[in-house]
Amino acid sequence: MDVWNWDFALSILPALLDGLLITLLATVLGSLLAFTLGLVFALLLRAPLGPVRVLVRGFVEFVRSTPLLVQIFFLFYVLPDYGVVLNAITVGVLGLGLHYATYTAEVYRAGIDAVPRGQWEAATALSLPRYRVWTGVVLPQAVPRVLPALGNYVISMFKETPLLIGIGVFDLVGQAREVGGIEFRYVEAYTLAGLFFLLLSYPSALLLRRLERRVGVL
Amino acid sequence: MSSELSQPTGEATRDWMIVFEGVEKRFGDHVVLSELDFAVRPGEHVTLIGPSGSGKTTILRLLMTLEKVNAGTIHVGGECLSHVRRNDQLVPADEKHCRRVRKKIGMVFQQFNLFPNMTVRGNLIEAPTRVLGLSKAEANARAEELLEMVGLGEKIDAHPTQLSGGQQQRVAIARALAMRPDVLLLDEVTSALDPELVAGVLKLLHDIGETTDITILCVTHEMGFARDFSHRVMMFDGGRVIEDAAPEELFTEPRQQRTRDFLRAVLERH
Amino acid sequence: MLPDNLGTFLSVLWEGVPETVIATVGGIALTIVASFVAGLALLSPSRTVRVISRIYVEGLRGTSEVVQLFWLFFALPILVGFQIVPLWGGIIVLGLNHGAYGAEIVRGSVQSVPRAQYEGAIALSLSPAARMRRVILPQAIVEMIPPFNNLFIQLLKSSSLLSFVFVNEVTRQGQAVLVPLFTAQSFTILLLVLLIYLVLALIITAVMRLLERMASTRLGRRPSEQARRKRVTGAV
Repeated sequence: MDVWNWDFALSILPALLDGLLITLLATVLGSLLAFTLGLVFALLLRAPLGPVRVLVRGFVEFVRSTPLLVQIFFLFYVLPDYGVVLNAITVGVLGLGLHYATYTAEVYRAGIDAVPRGQWEAATALSLPRYRVWTGVVLPQAVPRVLPALGNYVISMFKETPLLIGIGVFDLVGQAREVGGIEFRYVEAYTLAGLFFLLLSYPSALLLRRLERRVGVL
Repeated sequence: MSSELSQPTGEATRDWMIVFEGVEKRFGDHVVLSELDFAVRPGEHVTLIGPSGSGKTTILRLLMTLEKVNAGTIHVGGECLSHVRRNDQLVPADEKHCRRVRKKIGMVFQQFNLFPNMTVRGNLIEAPTRVLGLSKAEANARAEELLEMVGLGEKIDAHPTQLSGGQQQRVAIARALAMRPDVLLLDEVTSALDPELVAGVLKLLHDIGETTDITILCVTHEMGFARDFSHRVMMFDGGRVIEDAAPEELFTEPRQQRTRDFLRAVLERH
Repeated sequence: MLPDNLGTFLSVLWEGVPETVIATVGGIALTIVASFVAGLALLSPSRTVRVISRIYVEGLRGTSEVVQLFWLFFALPILVGFQIVPLWGGIIVLGLNHGAYGAEIVRGSVQSVPRAQYEGAIALSLSPAARMRRVILPQAIVEMIPPFNNLFIQLLKSSSLLSFVFVNEVTRQGQAVLVPLFTAQSFTILLLVLLIYLVLALIITAVMRLLERMASTRLGRRPSEQARRKRVTGAV
C-alpha cells in the first residue's frame, strides 16, 4: 500500500469540501453570535448594579476556564431535557458562540477602556445623551481597535470547530474521518484536512497582523 | 579645521589610547559622523560638547561597540576596535573580537541601566566573575571597596529599585569601575537625575578623575564640570569637531562663532 | 436518590482526574521546553534557524489541534507501523501545539526587555549567552508568566480532546461512561465535569500567581504594578 495515493486524495476532495462548508458555516454563525453576545457581556460588566456585574463576571470566568468540548456536550445532552430540541450543528454554533463571547467580551472591555478618559469627559461636557456618548463617541473609537483581536478569535474558532464531531457534526474533520475510514487511508484524509486549515487560517492571520499594525494592538 | 587636530597614523597609534581615523556613521540616509579624526592620550579626560544630534553620544556608542562604523577605523589601546586584519585585509570586527577589546572599556549610561533582576552586589560582581574570571571572594571585596568609595557601602544588598536615581548612578559608576577599565565612557550621566542629586555624582566623578589614571571620555551639558574636569574639550557640530582646545581656552575665548552661540544658549538655559 | 448517584458520579469522574492531570502537566512541561527553544530560535541571528522555527510555529498554529491529534493517532501509525500510547501521544500534541503559541510569548517578552539592558550587559563585556541567561531572561520571564497562565489553561481545556482518542480522562469518564448510563442526569454529570476543570484551572492560576509574585519580587516590583500592566492576551 502506497503511503500517499494521489487518485484517492483527489477522490475524497469533494467530500472534504462539503465538510469544509459546514466548518465555515459553523465559524461564521458562531462568530456572529460571539460578537453580539460578547458585547452584551461587556456592557453588563459595566452595569451600574453590583450583583449583575458579579454574576456576569462569574459566568464569564467559568465558561472561559472550562473546556468548550464539555460545554458542547452539556448543551447537547441537557437542552432536550428542558424541551429544547436542536440539531447538532445548531447546538455547535450555540456552544462556539457562547464560549467565544467570553473572549470577545474581554476584547470589547479593553477596547472601551482604551478610549481616553478625556473623550468621556468631553462628551459629558457637551451634555451628550448617554446613548449618543456610546454610539457617537466611544464605540466609533473602540471598534476599529478591537477588529484585529476579534479576527484572531474567529481564526481560533475556525480551528476549534472540529470539536463538533463529538456531537456528530460532519465538518471537515468529520468528513475526513469518514472517508479515511472506508479504505483505512487516513494519511491523505487528515493531511488534506490539515492543509485546508493552514491554507485558510495562515493568510487570514497574516492579514490581521497587517491590520494590527495599522490600528495598534490593544 | 582638522589640521590642528592630532592625527596619528600607523605605529603612532600605540602612544594614544583612543584613535578615530576617517570615521563615518550613518543611520539610514542621515549622516551622524563624517570624516571624523581625533585621538586621546592615556589618562586624558576629554569632554565632548555640542548641540543634541551632533553625534557626541554616537562616539561613545561606537567605542562601546554598541554601534558599528560605516567607514574609517577606531583604535583603543593600540588595538583596532572596529576591524580585524584577516588575510592582509581589514574586515569589520566580529562579536568575538569586539568582546575581547571591549573589556578595556567601561560605560556609564544616562539611564543607569542597572539590572533589576540582581541586587547591587549582583550588578557589581556579575561581570568581574564571569568576564574577568575573578573568584566570588575577590569580586565581592572589589564590590565592597568600590561601593564604599561611592558612599553606598551599606546598600550592597539593596535592590536597584530601592535606590534613588543618584544612588543608582553611583552604583552604575562603581559597576563600570569594577571591570578596571582603561577607558571610561560617561554618557550624560547626570541628565536623568533630579537637580539636587547632580552635584554629588559630579563630585564623585571628579574624585575618580583625580585618583585614577583612567582615560575618560565624557558627554555632558554641565559646563562647569567640563571646565574643571577635562584636560581637553571638543566642540561638535554636524558630525564634525569644529573646535578642540583646553577648557580654559575654549570656554573663555572660543574661536568659532558656533561654539560661542552654543555656550551662550547653554548658559542661558541653566 | 441524587446523593447516591452523586457518589458514583464523583468516583467515576475521579478515576479520570489522574489522566487529565498527567496529560496537562506533561503537556505544560513540553510546552515550556518547545516555547523556549522555538521562541529563542525566532530571535536567532541565523536566518535558517529562524525560518525553521517559523515553520514550526505557523504550521502548528495554522492546522487544527484536533487534526494534529487525529493525524498522530490514525495517519502516523500507517506511516511508521506502530501505534503511540494514547496518553503519550496526547502529551506530544498538547505540548507541541501550545509550544507554538508559547514561542511567540517568549519572543515577545524577550523583545520587550528594554534595549538599554542589552547595552548595559554589552558594556560589561558579558558574552551573548550570559547576556541572555543572566540579564534578559530573568526580566523577560516576569512578562511571560501572565500569558503563559492563559496558555496553560487553554492546554488544560484542550486535554479534553484526548477523549476522542480513548484516553480515559475526565471528559471521557463523564461523556462516554456516565452519560449513557444516567442519561436523565446529564446535567449533574456534565456540571461536575465542568467544575473539576474549573478547580484545576484555579490551581494553575494560583501556582502562576505565586510564581509571578516571586519573579516580580526579584525584580523589585510590587505585584500590583504587575496586575495593572496586564492586558488582553492572545487567542487560543
